[in-house]
Amino acid sequence: MRLFSLLFISLALCSTSASALTKINGAGATFPYPIYSKWFSEYQKINKDVQFNYQSIGSGGGIRQVLKETVDFGATDAPMLEKEMAKAKSPITHIPTVLGAVTVAYNLPEVSGDLKLDAKTLVNIFLGTITKWNHKDIAILNPDLKLPAKDILPVYRADGSGTTNIFTDYMSAVSKDFKDKVGVGKAVSWPIGIGGKGNEGVTNMVKQTPGSIGYIELAYALNNNLKTVAIKNKSGKFVSPTIEGISASAAKTDLASQGFKGSIVNADGDDAYPISAFTYILLPTKTNNVQLEEVKKFLVWALTKGQSFTKELHYAPLPANLAKQLLEVVKK
Amino acid sequence: MNQFKFRKVRNKLFLFSLSIAAVVCLAPLIMVTSFMLQKGAASLDLDFFTKLPVPVGEAGGGMLHAILGTIYMVTLGSLMAVPLGLIGGIYLSEYGKGGISKALRLATDVMTGIPSIIIGIFAYILLVVPFKSFSALSGAVALAIIILPVVIRSSEEILKLVPKHIREAGLALGLPRWKVILFIIVRGNLSALFTGVMLAIARASGETAPLLFTAFGNMYLSYSPMEPMASLPVQIYTYAISPFEDWQRQSWAGAFVLIILVIGVNLGARFLMNPKALKNFLKRSSS
Amino acid sequence: MLNQQTHNATPTKSIAKKLSGAYGDKVAKVFMQTVALAILALLFLMVYLLFEMSLEAIKEFGFGFLTSTDWDPIMEEFSALPFFYGTLVTSILALLIAAPISVMVAIFITDILPVKLGQVLGLFVEMIAAIPSIVFGLWGLFFLAPIVREQITPLLKSTLGFLPIFQGPSFGIGVLTASIILAIMILPTITSISREVFKSVPQHQKEAALALGATREEMIRLAVLRPSFSGITGAIVLGFGRALGETMAVAMVIGNSSRISASLFAPGATMSSVIANEYAEASAGLHLSSLCYVGLLLFLVTLVVNSSARFIVWKFSPIARSARKDKRA
Repeated sequence: MRLFSLLFISLALCSTSASALTKINGAGATFPYPIYSKWFSEYQKINKDVQFNYQSIGSGGGIRQVLKETVDFGATDAPMLEKEMAKAKSPITHIPTVLGAVTVAYNLPEVSGDLKLDAKTLVNIFLGTITKWNHKDIAILNPDLKLPAKDILPVYRADGSGTTNIFTDYMSAVSKDFKDKVGVGKAVSWPIGIGGKGNEGVTNMVKQTPGSIGYIELAYALNNNLKTVAIKNKSGKFVSPTIEGISASAAKTDLASQGFKGSIVNADGDDAYPISAFTYILLPTKTNNVQLEEVKKFLVWALTKGQSFTKELHYAPLPANLAKQLLEVVKK
Repeated sequence: MNQFKFRKVRNKLFLFSLSIAAVVCLAPLIMVTSFMLQKGAASLDLDFFTKLPVPVGEAGGGMLHAILGTIYMVTLGSLMAVPLGLIGGIYLSEYGKGGISKALRLATDVMTGIPSIIIGIFAYILLVVPFKSFSALSGAVALAIIILPVVIRSSEEILKLVPKHIREAGLALGLPRWKVILFIIVRGNLSALFTGVMLAIARASGETAPLLFTAFGNMYLSYSPMEPMASLPVQIYTYAISPFEDWQRQSWAGAFVLIILVIGVNLGARFLMNPKALKNFLKRSSS
Repeated sequence: MLNQQTHNATPTKSIAKKLSGAYGDKVAKVFMQTVALAILALLFLMVYLLFEMSLEAIKEFGFGFLTSTDWDPIMEEFSALPFFYGTLVTSILALLIAAPISVMVAIFITDILPVKLGQVLGLFVEMIAAIPSIVFGLWGLFFLAPIVREQITPLLKSTLGFLPIFQGPSFGIGVLTASIILAIMILPTITSISREVFKSVPQHQKEAALALGATREEMIRLAVLRPSFSGITGAIVLGFGRALGETMAVAMVIGNSSRISASLFAPGATMSSVIANEYAEASAGLHLSSLCYVGLLLFLVTLVVNSSARFIVWKFSPIARSARKDKRA
């Protein structure tokens, strides 16, 4: 074994000394993957000696890989739990990067209009108590749609996912029943439906399967021309997922006072889209680490120039004052 | 008379059902290959072989990094497994009677039967956890463990077929046994041994499961064994379950390349290798 | 292969051996033995590391791991039962589909078709084994799943819909699709072993049956199938062993659900598919350890199945008998 390790280490040394490129490995959430991969590709155009390799394996994976120190940074939509923070070898900072929405996308080729649902009906669909598309609860909310007598197939995430965390966070906030039966978490046990891997997998499953309904990040729904449900918010208005709706949800939160991590689901406000959330980059605080310094430089760029890419990729930019506060934190 | 007729009808029905079975058996092969030909060949372009992936959701890009990654890891894995496997196979065929060889033969059988995903877990525990990074090396080790038992088996089967009198002739010339093994038996069967190795490598290059959490993936070219690396099968998997049409197109193209590669090597091997050794080997390795 | 006696029988050789290479031979042998032992050690290391990683889950759940039905990462309740069940159901269903077809194809090749044509057909069947799992998965997801959803399911529902296994909604992704793919993947295994078994039936036995006026069907039933029974069983068990461990193709089409459902249209998960899906993402130590425990169980199950198959094939079948005869000759 020792001989083997020696061999491996020498191999490793040979290879790292050969390249001047700083390579940075990150892994985690699939929720912000579209914007992150755009950011990395844009950032690399101006900083040629840094290369970001980001694998979208889900928030759960991001947190675990950061804790195991197998990556230089992690990404998650679900803030780390206290007990997870306790496991970290060095303190981990949450840096919110953008805001996004979890949309409820569906595939019903027969229905031409936009589907509207309230929290209770949505919960019942995902708990399996409503199993047909022409159920009276859905019909009442959508008097002008002709709903087919098809089976409903809920699609959920099979992997540890921040998107699941946001969605279950919302469902639990609006329904005690859901909170008791399923609960909040990155991976929960669903009473019905099929699992897809990553936002990619769920989107694909919904796209492929008539009669399905699934929760995915806004960018995935829009890029793939999936229809999304308008959801009744706290003020009783049906709101479709839009960038404005997400921003409206975040308008009143003061994230700085909560250690830069917090939930904004089911927010107040007429225009607020109720399933909105921040997504975070997890930054381990090591000293004298080349990779970490590069990640920080990147974050400064992402919090300033990077924010201008958000809208074209269907994310909402951070509120301006929050971005300023975060710059202070990152530059420290 | 009536019974005779009944027997004849039954015989006809039986033969008919056999032909139906043959058709049913071949149908999936034809469907899979034609699906891949249609979708895959149509999706294949020069970019696929020469370009790197573009940001999510944008069209274009290719799988250069994954193709090179697969070649890199399969080569590295073969460098570890093939020498060991050949030595193991020679040992089994030339000294195949003692306790150690019995144990080795059993171990080879066990290793061939281990689901490849478990080999992935092993490589993860062995190399990813201590070095704290997904790495091409751990992927290569996982592939090596898949290649190893196949090479042991194929080389044993090939060398076993060498007639006894050849060995005896060598020994009668006064050559030491190791020289007989190395210069007569092994050298005389190099091409057959080589095909056995190629079959093993072909099998490994199509493996996805053991690379999922060892080599992981990478959107860029990477040459270091200690860094995550893309591979063709994992890239196909990632793209296949994605919703983006252009990625799905590329995953078909990737599958097409993979299937051509693997079936090509297999067909090639069948024409090069001694039919009897091949048969014995396939019989054992299909288990 | 070489036995010591032939060497010693010729006195000149033993002298030559001493002079030129007895020492070299010893080195060569010890070297090879070391390599052999290293390979053995590797296998033991694998099993040990797997066991060590599972230890946390073994301590926590013990054998209850196979009795409770919860796989709930939030509550940290883990149980392999849903996956064990999924693996078993998909593999058995795959066998039910593949075994009759493979045995029939094997008969077709060995006893009906002209030799050359039989070889070609055999080659095509073996090509199926060469196709990587991921390609089957891709095909299953984009080609087979829609067919199962739109054609096979309505057919099954209208004819056998009274059975609970054919009830409930179908979306193309689920246990049935996974089983069909598995069936295709194990076809070559069962076919090639069965072919060997049938080929080892002595020609005169077949001719005797025909000479007595038996039809081809009767000849095959009496002279080929009956004596090959244990060999076919072995072939089928080997196919079962292959189906158990198959990962990617299944993970892509089974739907990844940890619920146990009677319907074959429902989604499920197998031991290997749950590892493929959750291993890189599992955040809690216990979750990871439980996945390793699932892996350990999968390893043990395939080990038992494969060894019993090998035992059946080599102990009872005509192959073994003819092999023994070969050795004597």
